[in-house]
Amino acid sequence: MTTYREAMREAISEALLADERVFLMGEDVGMYGGCFAVSLGLLEKFGPERVRDTPLSESAFVGAGIGAAMGGMRPIVEIMTVNFSLLALDQILNNAATILHMSGGQFNVPLVIRMTTGAGRQLAAQHSHSLEGWYAHIPGLRILAPATVADARWMLAPALADPDPVLIFEHGSLYNVPGEPGTEKVDIVSAAVRRPGRDVTLLAYGGTLHKALSAAEELAGGGIEAEVVDLRVLRPLDEASIVASVAKTHRAVIVDEGWRSGSLSAEIAARLADRAFYELDAPVERVCTAEVPIPYARHMEEAALPQVPAVVEAARRAVSS
Amino acid sequence: MAEFLMPSLGADMETGTVTEWLVKPGDTIVRGEPIAVIDTDKATIEVESFHTGVVERLLVGLDERVPVGTPLAVISEKVAPAARHRAPAPPAQAPPAGAAPVPGPSPEHVPAMTPLIRRLAAERGLDPAAVHGTGPGGRVTRADLERATAGEPAGKPAAPSAAPQTRIQKTRIQKTRAQVPAPARIKASPLARRLAAELGVDLRTVTATGRTGAIRADDVRRTAAAPPAPTAAARARPRPGMRQAIARAMSRSKREIPHYYLTATTDLSAALTWLRERNRQLPVPRRILPAALLLKAAARAVAEVPQLNGFWRDDAFVPGEAVHLGVAISLRDGGLIAPALHDAANRDLADLMAAMKDLVGRARTGRLRGSEMTEATITVTNLGDQGVESVHGVIYPPQVALVGFGRISERPWAVGGLLGVRPLVTVTLAADHRASDGYTGGRFLTAVDRLLNHPEEL
Repeated sequence: MTTYREAMREAISEALLADERVFLMGEDVGMYGGCFAVSLGLLEKFGPERVRDTPLSESAFVGAGIGAAMGGMRPIVEIMTVNFSLLALDQILNNAATILHMSGGQFNVPLVIRMTTGAGRQLAAQHSHSLEGWYAHIPGLRILAPATVADARWMLAPALADPDPVLIFEHGSLYNVPGEPGTEKVDIVSAAVRRPGRDVTLLAYGGTLHKALSAAEELAGGGIEAEVVDLRVLRPLDEASIVASVAKTHRAVIVDEGWRSGSLSAEIAARLADRAFYELDAPVERVCTAEVPIPYARHMEEAALPQVPAVVEAARRAVSS
Repeated sequence: MAEFLMPSLGADMETGTVTEWLVKPGDTIVRGEPIAVIDTDKATIEVESFHTGVVERLLVGLDERVPVGTPLAVISEKVAPAARHRAPAPPAQAPPAGAAPVPGPSPEHVPAMTPLIRRLAAERGLDPAAVHGTGPGGRVTRADLERATAGEPAGKPAAPSAAPQTRIQKTRIQKTRAQVPAPARIKASPLARRLAAELGVDLRTVTATGRTGAIRADDVRRTAAAPPAPTAAARARPRPGMRQAIARAMSRSKREIPHYYLTATTDLSAALTWLRERNRQLPVPRRILPAALLLKAAARAVAEVPQLNGFWRDDAFVPGEAVHLGVAISLRDGGLIAPALHDAANRDLADLMAAMKDLVGRARTGRLRGSEMTEATITVTNLGDQGVESVHGVIYPPQVALVGFGRISERPWAVGGLLGVRPLVTVTLAADHRASDGYTGGRFLTAVDRLLNHPEEL
């Protein structure tokens, strides 16, 4: 038994051992052990060449990561939270995601960027937003959202093996979650059915997966068998798995911690209308974050986020609509 | 006085069921107008009246199965030429509040309308002259037809006085069938709609249990599982009788008709080149498929060799009055039907193409006319899209010939001593040896070949 945080650390440690081109860089990843203690102890183990503290300048160190990747290295760049990643958005979107295309296929950018996302820990608006849906909008990037300890442990290696930029979004509430990492490798292309069911599909990822599973548990008590699909890969979406599940249950509830308008949930709902219209027996339901900056006060923060009762209610609505 | 008898809608039909009367006693009916919807083993068919007159009495109730030849209605043949409309002309109605007055149609005045509107109205059994037109100059628009089809309760005249807000003056409307759901009026989930189509369930017969009043998949399944009401049974698909009907007709054909078969291969390069040039100038919906060209060629050829166009009746050949080309159409739920494209030899290609599309669409939704079912004088079967090379078909009695087209495929072909790759099609003729000989059949195939090599003549 280990935790999501330790599984992540083990994955990084393994990557540093396995390939000398791999190095970790970011704010406070070295001396401090990482803002979320993911890299605690790695500096001592691998030294300052492989675990590098950077100045508070996202644009600079993400840009440096891109340059290093193009120069033959395999950098893992840690950005403290998704909110700060916007300072590096120019590098991520205009360079990392586009260089392969703009060089006519001559230069890959084998870069992995890890960052924390999501709310629930009373860190207020500037540390709590879920912007992975924005990154999932960008062609040229692969977007991962490990939600389980096993995914935290095993997604990094295939991400590093990918010749193109991969962004890993770690939900802040998951780091302390205990679990069994297992030994089974995972891929970074497919969604996973975390709980089979026949009446309604709950589509979730990252921080919302556990809420969806709790909701499924509660629904089962009321005789509704919900299938829980963990999207895992937000770009490119595993449309086949999503459609297959909805073709089985004929109803879909998307649980997305992003804001509803223009969100990943909107994309999925549109694709269901497109690819699974004649499978739908009810309108697609979405449980998203209230369209406000995430509040600080606990009760208000909880009210703003997708919660289990809302998922249960949406699923019941879909089943009875 | 004339009796309208249960017609024989095909050589193999023995009984039929009136599932819907399109007239009621007192209505004036003009020869050629649909009078009833009759269900045979093969299809639900609108049957046209052979008489002009006033409907006196209906003799047979709905859903009663009766043998062919049974009198179904009495029509007195006092001609009522002025009565273009079956119902008394409705009083002129008030224009919608706030709208500029629009000249309403009077019984004598048939407003201008496009051919499309005429056709759509005919398909829906609406008299366009009695539909309130809201277009320029009182012209009937498509939206008016939609309103007229959607807004009126089945079979009942809309009384303008009782419903002054309605724009509909139509007095007769067919009950819409399962195959033609009235769009946007029934609230049902997409899955429920798909299932209803698959299971042959009429959504209007389904009780919705959804929270929002929508029909859901389970509601459709429940209805499909319930013992069907008699009318639903008559319309439910698939039709178990269809196979038997085909079996009877084809056994009779093979038992009674001494078939002979001829085959010829025709080079379609001229025809396809010509068609490509022609289609290039047409918008996509009006482009013509090679199949239409083949049908036209067959129709023209048989017009030149009339010994193949007609029926074998009472030990003698009875030539057809015109070339009514039967077109074999496979139905989605299995089975086969071969309604007629009337006067195919004299229709231009665009017209024929449109008629073909229309016929296929209606065959598959069960909206064929009686005349289309009985009047085919020769049948064409085209299995080319199935990849078949040639078809040696079975003649549909009492017709005396059947033309088969295989796939159009590119093959080496010698022309003028030179080998080239040409698009070829194999044309076959199955003909009744009692009515014609191989020599006659050969003339037909030669004519097909000549016409396809001179497509500009088609």
